[in-house]
Amino acid sequence: MTATTQTPTVTPAKEKESRFSKWPIYVTISVIAFLWTIPTLGLLINSFRESASIRTDGWWTVLGSVFDSATWSLENYRTVLDEGFGNAFANTLAVSIPSVVIPITIAAFAAYAFAWMHFPGRNLMFVTVVGLMVVPLQMALIPILRIYTDFDVTGTFPAVWLAHAGFGLPLAVYLLRNYMGSLPSSIIESANIDGADHFSIFARLIVPLSVPVLASFAIFQFLWVWNDYLVALVFLGIEPNVRVLTVELADLAGRGEGALSLLPAAAFVTMVLPLVVFFALQRFFVRGLTAGSVKG
Amino acid sequence: MTTPPVIGEEELEGGPRGLGPPEQEHVHTVGVWLLRVASALVLPAVVIAFFFIFGFLKDEEANKAIQVVVAIIAGIGGVWALYWGMDRLVSMFPERIARAVRPFAFVGPAMAILAFYLVYPAINTILISFQDKRSEAFVGLENYTTIFTDSFYLVSIRNSVIWVLVVPAAAVAIGLAFATMADKLSRRAESITKSLIFLPMAISFVGASVVWTFVYGFRPEGFGNQIGVLNGIVTSLGGSPVNWLQTSPWNNLFLMIILIWLQTGFSMVILSSAIKGVPDVLLEAARIDGATEWQAFWRITFPSISSTVVVVWTTVVITVWKVFDIVWVMTGGLFDTQVIAQTMVDEFFTNFNFGIGAALAVLLFIAVVPILIVNVQRFRAQEAIR
Repeated sequence: MTATTQTPTVTPAKEKESRFSKWPIYVTISVIAFLWTIPTLGLLINSFRESASIRTDGWWTVLGSVFDSATWSLENYRTVLDEGFGNAFANTLAVSIPSVVIPITIAAFAAYAFAWMHFPGRNLMFVTVVGLMVVPLQMALIPILRIYTDFDVTGTFPAVWLAHAGFGLPLAVYLLRNYMGSLPSSIIESANIDGADHFSIFARLIVPLSVPVLASFAIFQFLWVWNDYLVALVFLGIEPNVRVLTVELADLAGRGEGALSLLPAAAFVTMVLPLVVFFALQRFFVRGLTAGSVKG
Repeated sequence: MTTPPVIGEEELEGGPRGLGPPEQEHVHTVGVWLLRVASALVLPAVVIAFFFIFGFLKDEEANKAIQVVVAIIAGIGGVWALYWGMDRLVSMFPERIARAVRPFAFVGPAMAILAFYLVYPAINTILISFQDKRSEAFVGLENYTTIFTDSFYLVSIRNSVIWVLVVPAAAVAIGLAFATMADKLSRRAESITKSLIFLPMAISFVGASVVWTFVYGFRPEGFGNQIGVLNGIVTSLGGSPVNWLQTSPWNNLFLMIILIWLQTGFSMVILSSAIKGVPDVLLEAARIDGATEWQAFWRITFPSISSTVVVVWTTVVITVWKVFDIVWVMTGGLFDTQVIAQTMVDEFFTNFNFGIGAALAVLLFIAVVPILIVNVQRFRAQEAIR
């Protein structure tokens, strides 16, 4: 669970390798990195272009007129923010934050019990959690939607929060339990001797000590929920006042040629927050990913 | 986004040890079990009641900020307060009973939510898959015979299988190659180039589809300049533009490339940290014995990280098997590009054929059952060692 990024030590043999022997590596790396960047770069350039030209010429044609002010414009961003994307951005925030907070809290209590309490059925329950990690959420869509429809709660934010909480719980419980279980038992035993009960040991000791894994899961779940399309489409729907960014963007993409000039700016509006989170908290995020699949 | 639900071999080093002396005096009375169930259910009941009452307030945007604030307060403060309240309540019982009931107040809410959002729906979906279109009568295996005989569904299954064969292989191969080579760069160059490959991980599948719209864009000849990069290259070389997304069967490959682009970063990062875990001493010894870098990789690095490769591969397989958004947005499943998860949503929400839709969902599930079993067995094995 301690996902370390071990610092690459420069070995003598590595130093001995001449620059000449490394150039195929430099070339290959550059080519792959270039290929991987081009699609996003093209979209970024397009999003700042004057709107009519997006539809008439490819984005690479700006290379001839980079310094011509007529090439560039912020008009696309202004238009998409007015045309629903500003609202959708707020909706997505409204969906994402509770969808992260709720499962983390519930999972933390469960993880503590799995790690530090004895009770009948503990192993069976935890094995169930492990099994549920790979159950496709597609299995849950129709029955849940039917219940939601019966109670007329489809299209409300709490409907999506709880759905995301349910689908995120298995991984959360699993990750948190493994982390909490690996904390040294000595501190907890000494707290126990001092007369602290389970609730205060959990709240005062375990939660503060578990901040790294809580942060990893929070970032992971935030990006998951922010980028989710299916759950939002099914439980929140396409009504303009509640729909989230991915639904709004898919709708715009479905309008064809007419909306083509707005697509790049719209796509960047949907991407900006995850990209900021990703770059600012990359270390935590990578740690979360690593923790989920291999011992880091 | 990739959920990493696959358990690695060396994981789970931590473990439940439990506090104090394990209860020798097992409390087996019916009353205690009733208390346990009650303590597990109170919290979800309050949360769900709150939500259903709250749900009726589907109002205008004016309420959105309030809703979010309430949700955050409820999510953190309210839920904490409920757990605390339950804990106090349980503590009011005699110590022996409180001790037997308390774990259920901690673990119960999570289990209740899992039962409501995953276990019950999964069983229900299996039932629906044996019923007709509108879930009014049982039809036996009819839905399953349909999806395994009708050519439309067969193409869907075929495509999903091809996705699962191609995308993880490519993502792991490119990710592994890149991680190995980047390991030899200076630390700064390594982190910059790795970020570039990893960046698409932060992009939604819908966003990625829009990104690639400007790669695969197509204008028939005589209908203006090309705005897609690929056709820009093709036409500047003198060729005629290709309608990448409507030319079956190759359009499937072009859609797969989008997912490869998204998933390579994931496999690269995980494999990179595994590669850095291979002891330098081993590689050093091999080099001194005259091994080339190529030999050192295949004889030492690769065998040491093979279990990680398997885990990454499986994780990507699970993601790919459920791919929906990319096909939905790019082609809508037309031009022979349909895949299982997207056909399923189409059956549910366009054709309202719940029987077939549920059968397709079950198909998605059955295919991951072996992974589920392996996960559980690995977990059991780890527990046994402890």
